[in-house]
Amino acid sequence: MNRFAVLFQSLDGTTSSTARTLALAAYLREAPEPDRLWTIALLTGRRPRRVITAGKLAEWAAEAAGIPDWLFAESYSVAGDLAETIAAILPPAETTTNRSLSDWIATLRALSAQDEPARRAGILAAWAGLDATERFLFNKLLTGGFRMGVARGLMQRALAQATGLDEATLAHRLMGDWSPDTTTFAALITGDGAQASRPYPFCLAHPLDADPDALGDPTDWLAEWKWDGIRGQLVCRDGRVFLWSRGEELVTDRYPEIVAAAQALPEGTVLDGEILGWAGAPLPFATLQRRIGLKTVSRRTLAEVPVIFMAYDLLEADSTDLRPQPFATRRAALEALATDLPPELPLSPLARFDDWATLAAHRQAARDRGAEGVMLKQRTSPYHAGRKRGDWWKWKLDPFSLDAVLIYAQAGHGRRAGLYTDFTFALWDGPALVPVAKAYSGLTDAEFAEITRWVRAHTTDRFGPVRQVVPELVFELGFEGIAESPRHKSGLALRFPRMLRWRRDKPAAEADRIETARALLAHPAPRAYL
Amino acid sequence: MARTKAASVDVKCSIRAPLPKLSAPCKACSTGPPPARRYDQVMARNPVLHLTERGLYCPAGDFFIDPWRPVPRALITHGHSDHARTGHGAYLATHAALPVMRHRLGPITAEGICYAETRRIGGAIVSFHPAGHVPGSAQIRVQVAGEVWVVSGDYKTGGDAISTPFEPVPCDTFITECTFGLPVFRWQPEAAVMAEINRWWAENRAAGRISLIGAYAFGKAQRLLAGLDPGIGSILTHGAVEATNAVLRAQGLALPETRQVTIEVSAKTHPGALVIAPPAALAGPWARRFGPAATAFASGWMALRGHRRRYGVDRGFVLSDHADWAGLNAAVVATGATRVLATHGYTAAFARWLEGRGLQAGVLETAFGQTEDETAE
Ligand SMILES: [Zn+2]
Ligand SMILES: [Zn+2]
Repeated sequence: MNRFAVLFQSLDGTTSSTARTLALAAYLREAPEPDRLWTIALLTGRRPRRVITAGKLAEWAAEAAGIPDWLFAESYSVAGDLAETIAAILPPAETTTNRSLSDWIATLRALSAQDEPARRAGILAAWAGLDATERFLFNKLLTGGFRMGVARGLMQRALAQATGLDEATLAHRLMGDWSPDTTTFAALITGDGAQASRPYPFCLAHPLDADPDALGDPTDWLAEWKWDGIRGQLVCRDGRVFLWSRGEELVTDRYPEIVAAAQALPEGTVLDGEILGWAGAPLPFATLQRRIGLKTVSRRTLAEVPVIFMAYDLLEADSTDLRPQPFATRRAALEALATDLPPELPLSPLARFDDWATLAAHRQAARDRGAEGVMLKQRTSPYHAGRKRGDWWKWKLDPFSLDAVLIYAQAGHGRRAGLYTDFTFALWDGPALVPVAKAYSGLTDAEFAEITRWVRAHTTDRFGPVRQVVPELVFELGFEGIAESPRHKSGLALRFPRMLRWRRDKPAAEADRIETARALLAHPAPRAYL
Repeated sequence: MARTKAASVDVKCSIRAPLPKLSAPCKACSTGPPPARRYDQVMARNPVLHLTERGLYCPAGDFFIDPWRPVPRALITHGHSDHARTGHGAYLATHAALPVMRHRLGPITAEGICYAETRRIGGAIVSFHPAGHVPGSAQIRVQVAGEVWVVSGDYKTGGDAISTPFEPVPCDTFITECTFGLPVFRWQPEAAVMAEINRWWAENRAAGRISLIGAYAFGKAQRLLAGLDPGIGSILTHGAVEATNAVLRAQGLALPETRQVTIEVSAKTHPGALVIAPPAALAGPWARRFGPAATAFASGWMALRGHRRRYGVDRGFVLSDHADWAGLNAAVVATGATRVLATHGYTAAFARWLEGRGLQAGVLETAFGQTEDETAE
């Protein structure tokens, strides 16, 4: 744990990504192999099974520190992180041990099989033998949520430095359904322990902020609609079908209609595409959302929210990796494949254009089709691993916006602990304000600090951690879509709401009315076009 | 323009309407702290000190302690701006506190007093006692008809190289700050932190980088100076820090050689140097002359990762001029006080905690310090 704690400190102790990459690369060269593997797993979001609930941990820590529960709660609300709070309040360690990371994980595993008193004893004994940083990390193992600010790209760079392999290869090897229980460092990274289910790293587009003129000759490019669903990858290998979401979650069981349709795909095929709610035309994202959390889908939901997999790209055919080939070639192969597929696996249609003005018109009309804008792909581009500038662009429509009144505020966590950053906004409905959206991004730290002071001085009521404030401040909210939603008091659901700016110039009385938001709904309904 | 007024309300300089002092419940255990009592609920009939719109007032002696609005007669614990404000008729502070106060406040009518020297003011006997916070900082003891109250000002119980060490003063009522009055705050010994800072500086120097460290101009900056190893390289200072250095050096405080950053100074002229500047200067254009420097901040708030990350510095060194949780508790016990009033920090939680330990405790809403979580001390 000591070596892992030192790694954590060097990652946490600098904001320079070069220094962080170096530190991680050094660790990945030198640490024992099982620790390396666990570190990669933890930093890419794979964690051991939860041994104990957060509530129990808090209770035991407060007891061990000799403080009442309410004081623990106060401390937690200030520190904003459970693992950190526990590490800080416990009395300093009596002894120190130097056991490896994987050794500690094995201990946790063993604990999870035992009864509660034994788990309690095991955890208290662990706390007593770890210094503050190790304790914090141990608590993170217990509570999950290991981020350490190591993005996937940084992990790949560090691994590339440590192993001499190239980043794209590593990006691919880190994908998919592996755990330190089912593989070894050698098999995962340097050998070829590929599983049938393993997806490819998604190729991501950069937003296009300026006019597309700068992209040169329009005939070098192909355009498609940018659909508002869940980006996914459909993998057919070994006679089985695997559906991955972009968050690298295996969602095969949630979309049986797609899996059934995928039986029509030949062995050794991988498609990139979009999981979309579809009833002759795209359903709003809010509707698709009803299926996102469902592990098993009822007949009724299947009927109400049917989904399709709109195919964008062909990454593998006949068990051959097509990613290095030009997009135009892959697209032609995809078109040939798509001719015999069931309707649940449609081909993403091209938005044809000969000049940029035509493309701009397509983009303007995107909302009529239920799309968010257009995607531009260079004909010659390979399927990159990750976000690479230059070959793929997303050109979205300008967001909707509304001026709304701040009515509730809640403190953030982590970096934003102690700052009020999570806000609820309302619009006027007659003389009343009805909540329409929650948003917590889009302002600067200085603005959040200023609003935090304001919130403290203008609180009118408290509901747990939520403060109700004097309805005075107005913010311009941007959002990508709006749909009817019986679950919300306002009857509306905004998609990706965020704060565009603080309207210091606007009194609350001049904020928008709910009718204005409803009018955005009245936008021509998406029509079928296939 | 109601908009502008609301948005720029200055919490620090106004007495807030008493808001409910309940704090947010914890997601983990969903219990909120029981509300702490306000000071008037635990106050005796004729208190030695009581709260007015202008600050803490002693009727028997007709004086104020660290008032935040102009008053005829002010007793000042120390020179930080939330305690020593302009506009009072007459000031009384320790001899050691006066030079910095004069430097910051300009011409004032002020009188000095030694630590432990007693003085009668009207019906009150007052004396000043070391608080260990910054050079010259004091707790103020006020005795009226056999009843003793002590106002802690800001204090720390762990020693440093520049301030007279904290001494507990026995009293009946102790008005204590509690900037870090939660059990998550636990300091390491100063020597260990200074060793870390020196190591950080040496590493940066070896890597050919300037080390930029944010520290308040009065107190923290000199404490750092006293603990830095001048053998590592040259030490540069921001003008605000250097001006305070000059005042304290003139008082006889020994500090290592420093060079004020001027237009000619850059990473080229002083490679590998360590630069001490007020936190605000680190983020601004002033710091750009040093190129891609390693940045750090020295403050008790750096004990929390959230604060450190929000500050956007590479390193956070946990070095505070206030007492940590253990220090606060030890100080309270050492006074033998039966009544404790908490101010300046996590007041509700600290008061409630003390009440749980059998003391009469309450919250005193003053204008000292910052709101609970700003990165300031
Ligand atoms: Zn102070
Ligand atoms: Zn203060």
